[in-house]
Amino acid sequence: MPMTRYIKKALADIRSNRFLNLITIVTISLSILVVSLFLLFFENASRVIEGWNQGGRAMIYLESAFSPEMLPDLEARINSLGEVDEMQFIPKSRALERLKSEMSSHTGFFDTLKQNPLPHALEIRMKTHGDFQKVAAFAKKIGALDMVESVEYGQGWLARFLKIFSLFRITGYAMCGLFLLIALFITANTVRLAFYSRRLEIEIMRLVGATEAFIKTPFYVEGLFQGFLGGLLGLLILLAAFFTVSSGISQNLSAYVYLDIRFLSVKAMGLIILASTFLGWFGCYLSLKQILK
Amino acid sequence: MNLDSSKQAIIRLFNVTKRYGAKLALNDVSVDIQPGEFIFISGPSGAGKSTLLKVLYLAEKVSEGQILINGMNLARISASKLPRLRRRFGMVFQDFKLIPGRTVYENVALVLEVAGEKPSYIRKKVMHVLRTTGMEKKANALPPTLSGGEQQRVAVARAVVGDPDIILADEPTGSLDQASARLVLDFLMAYHQKGATILVASHNLHLMESMVRGRNIVLDQGQLVKTSTML
Repeated sequence: MPMTRYIKKALADIRSNRFLNLITIVTISLSILVVSLFLLFFENASRVIEGWNQGGRAMIYLESAFSPEMLPDLEARINSLGEVDEMQFIPKSRALERLKSEMSSHTGFFDTLKQNPLPHALEIRMKTHGDFQKVAAFAKKIGALDMVESVEYGQGWLARFLKIFSLFRITGYAMCGLFLLIALFITANTVRLAFYSRRLEIEIMRLVGATEAFIKTPFYVEGLFQGFLGGLLGLLILLAAFFTVSSGISQNLSAYVYLDIRFLSVKAMGLIILASTFLGWFGCYLSLKQILK
Repeated sequence: MNLDSSKQAIIRLFNVTKRYGAKLALNDVSVDIQPGEFIFISGPSGAGKSTLLKVLYLAEKVSEGQILINGMNLARISASKLPRLRRRFGMVFQDFKLIPGRTVYENVALVLEVAGEKPSYIRKKVMHVLRTTGMEKKANALPPTLSGGEQQRVAVARAVVGDPDIILADEPTGSLDQASARLVLDFLMAYHQKGATILVASHNLHLMESMVRGRNIVLDQGQLVKTSTML
């Protein structure tokens, strides 16, 4: 039988079992919605964290014995390590002025200072900023140089945050797996119910000489439809929710922090639709395999 | 068994036995059926009439013995070749076995669809058969809306639409009134005139004897006890 006839048959079967099919499509769409939501969060969170890390900026605080005459020598030693994209010297006088302007309400406190307590510093931007371990190793090398007191590159909180984030990511993947399993179970169950509701029809088909492929193919087509429509519906719901929520987030947080929130990439959306379509097919396969054993 | 006739036999049963647990449904049945014969299988309830038909279309496997159809040993038929074998049969059942959610046209067309025929051919052939059985005007009706006689006429239409060599009918008149039963037998006989081999299992001996010319095979407790010619 040509594929168009299988498709027509599958559509007719979907129409005759409307409620059951609707339940399955909605269940798949909700599962896909949860999975896509996790993916959306991780895609955006990864980009934001990368953005924080991307500056690759580090502050090198110099010892009190350091004097600006030593700067060319120190710059040369730092440059010889490679990895530095940009370097700017911040004398302690400018650092104090910057501090005063940022804490203008505490001018009285600054007046009591007999000498500038701040050290000279060098602000650098590293070429390597994607790999957190490389950044840490490079910072350690600079820290070992003569006249360098300490290197600050946000290692403490960023490292901790990355650890928490990776834990969260693993939990997210586990949740995605769980929801996909639920969708698979529901799809397999729908096919089983549809099969039993058409037992007489299948028995008659066999009696008049229908092949197993003739009997099974409409079920597979139905499974593919359910998976595809479920995936599409899940993504559309997520898209609608995204536009509603993301505009609110941007308006409220844009004054404090720059957040580049984007919807899932076309590739990710394609993968989600493919995965949910496969899910529909696989649920059908498992069910028919068990029933026809 | 006549050697010459056995060479031409379309159906051959050799010592066929079918057991359901300890119960013998068929007991050492051997018979040859020639192409174009009208065979009437009679006997009391539980004699093994339906079982005999079931082992022929492989709804049941025999416990012992062998069955050849056109020289093909049914014991050696693989699952993948079974559909092709069944397309050679037309089948009629007492409970009609029509798909309730499909129209009369769709029920009859199914036989040709599974055989992979073209839609234009299916349309032409199905309408022709429905015209022959007087069901043309009911082509779009659903089976539950039809009378028993009409449903059986649709079942007969479905049985003959694929031009099978052999028709197996299990109590085709069992749930019909006299007039409808006669109509159904008329259709089967008309198809028989075209050269088909027909096997009808029924306990309605009087109706058969009054209408059919052929051979009567009598079963009792699974055994073939008598064969006679009906004139």
